[in-house]
Amino acid sequence: MAAINRDDVAHLARLAHIEMSAEELDRMAGELAVIVDSVKSVSEAAGDDVPATSHPIPLTNVFREDVVGHTFTAEQSLSGAPDAYEGRFKVPAILDED
Amino acid sequence: MTELNSTDSNGAGSDGTALIRLSAARLAQKLAAGEVTSVEVTQAYLDRIAAVDGGPRGVHAFLHVNTEEALAVAAEVDAIRAAGGAAAAELHELAGVPIAVKDLIVTIGQPTTAGSKILEGWHSPYDATVVKRLRDAKMPILGKTNLDEFAMGSSTEHSAYGPTRNPWDLDRIPGGSGGGSAAAVAAFEAPLALGTDTGGSIRQPGAVTGTVGVKPTYGSVSRYGAIAMASSLDQIGPVSRTVLDSALLHQVIGGHDPYDSTSLPDPLEDLVAAARLGNVDGMKIGIIKELHGEGYQAGVENRFNESLELLKQAGAEIVEVSCPNFKYALGAYYLIMPSEASSNLAKFDGVRYGLRVLPKDAPLTIERVMGATRAAGFGDEVKRRIILGTYALSAGYYDAYYGSAQKVRTLIQRDFEAAFTQADVLISPTAPTTAFKLGEKLNDPLAMYLNDVATIPANMAGVPGLSLPGGLADEDGLPVGIQLLAPARQDARLYRVGAVLESLLEAKWGGPLLAQAPALATSVAGPVESLVEAQEAK
Repeated sequence: MAAINRDDVAHLARLAHIEMSAEELDRMAGELAVIVDSVKSVSEAAGDDVPATSHPIPLTNVFREDVVGHTFTAEQSLSGAPDAYEGRFKVPAILDED
Repeated sequence: MTELNSTDSNGAGSDGTALIRLSAARLAQKLAAGEVTSVEVTQAYLDRIAAVDGGPRGVHAFLHVNTEEALAVAAEVDAIRAAGGAAAAELHELAGVPIAVKDLIVTIGQPTTAGSKILEGWHSPYDATVVKRLRDAKMPILGKTNLDEFAMGSSTEHSAYGPTRNPWDLDRIPGGSGGGSAAAVAAFEAPLALGTDTGGSIRQPGAVTGTVGVKPTYGSVSRYGAIAMASSLDQIGPVSRTVLDSALLHQVIGGHDPYDSTSLPDPLEDLVAAARLGNVDGMKIGIIKELHGEGYQAGVENRFNESLELLKQAGAEIVEVSCPNFKYALGAYYLIMPSEASSNLAKFDGVRYGLRVLPKDAPLTIERVMGATRAAGFGDEVKRRIILGTYALSAGYYDAYYGSAQKVRTLIQRDFEAAFTQADVLISPTAPTTAFKLGEKLNDPLAMYLNDVATIPANMAGVPGLSLPGGLADEDGLPVGIQLLAPARQDARLYRVGAVLESLLEAKWGGPLLAQAPALATSVAGPVESLVEAQEAK
């Protein structure tokens, strides 16, 4: 497996929407390299014949009755929002100007 | 805080010092018998919080103290009891017994921060199912307890609101992520608390603070309203000072919940009866070869061996089992957990709740607002795990990392299945060491992660685990935890064996382990009502 470097961390931080300073990128790259190295053995642990487990105790087809249950009012939903306008979440521009 | 004079009907003093040391089961008995009121009990705990939690050398177990509501619920219980009749007869066994709630679990009427700046000042519009069940049982909620940010850590040092201190030694960590809940119970600031356990966050704090903590079978306690870290691993569970108290609380919060699609439909076993049964005669208890010995502190190993000896004397058969794939558990956990966390934490984007930070320069697009908000709102450990998870899930690495880790999960489940054909219950130390010093491992993430080596396998397989105090390590005089593990849906076995071991150990010590904890200095000043608000005021 490939080691993780500073450019990788910068790319991942962009994907994860976390701004990082140059100093933070350097430090994070060093720390993550150590962690990634320590988990390497995981890829050699199981053969192709071993199925993956995504959930410890599988349940399938969990349904409920198709009736209206508890719902939040618009006010409740917006109560924790940093900004709201006329019953809606207010956000900055979605698109860049250019 | 409300001015109310508490008087202990035992004549043990007006400060309630004897009252706060009683177990929840004993408090429940005294409340039912009319020997004490819930207001007296609740006020005694609020006084204790005021005395030991605040200030620079305070325990700092609480992020928010819920004085008014707790006393109102207590007064309501007292009024119902005083009136008698059907309503009094229908009161839950634990009605009027106060409890603290980990601040990862949402509550109406109190802030929920998850220990993060990104949720500073946020109030949930709904109660978690477990909180609703506490309210139905009329248990006064004392407040919200401190934790590593979003439950990511093993020391509570990653809380954005400052670390919690271990009541046994204020310069040491109380474990994590639920260090606040464990320390609150250990410092007699609450008789009971709720925690959450993703890789050991209930059990490891229990071990290092000399308290009891249980991670129930995955899906047996609703996760609805627990802010998710890793959804396939997270589990809410009880924190207490005795095994019976955990069983009583587990019985309140457990059982099916239609609001959680991973909630098991199975009816809950009678856990309280199991704790009261206390019998290991003829039971097979398996030592996990891979979870002791090398890498475990000598004092931890000694206390572990002593517990084995006691169980043997009580009639249990001790066998050795091998779980060869447990050596991959920690690595697989640190791929699965961050992967799920990176996805779960994507919702903290500065749009729907919590913090919004605007970038200093133009353009002011939503992408840049998210980047600035998450940079300012998340601490280092959370950022590390989000980046690590994003990496493990990225194209080209997915099979090698996340896919392999899921296969390891299967291997760990198979190890457990094989082990449980040879033993009814498995046993190990809960954590490899006693509590370390605050700051000691803060700059070494990998060393911090190693604390969870013995607790993680249970989360990976969904099986239940219980940690109880096993005594003090010879070399440092600090608490050691003993972990019991049972097959999925067999949580009752943990209580059955745990209660026996607890009574044998307490007979040896001449009382509860916490009676040996040093007395805490009590301050006159008392804590501010909410440490979160105090931070805001700065």
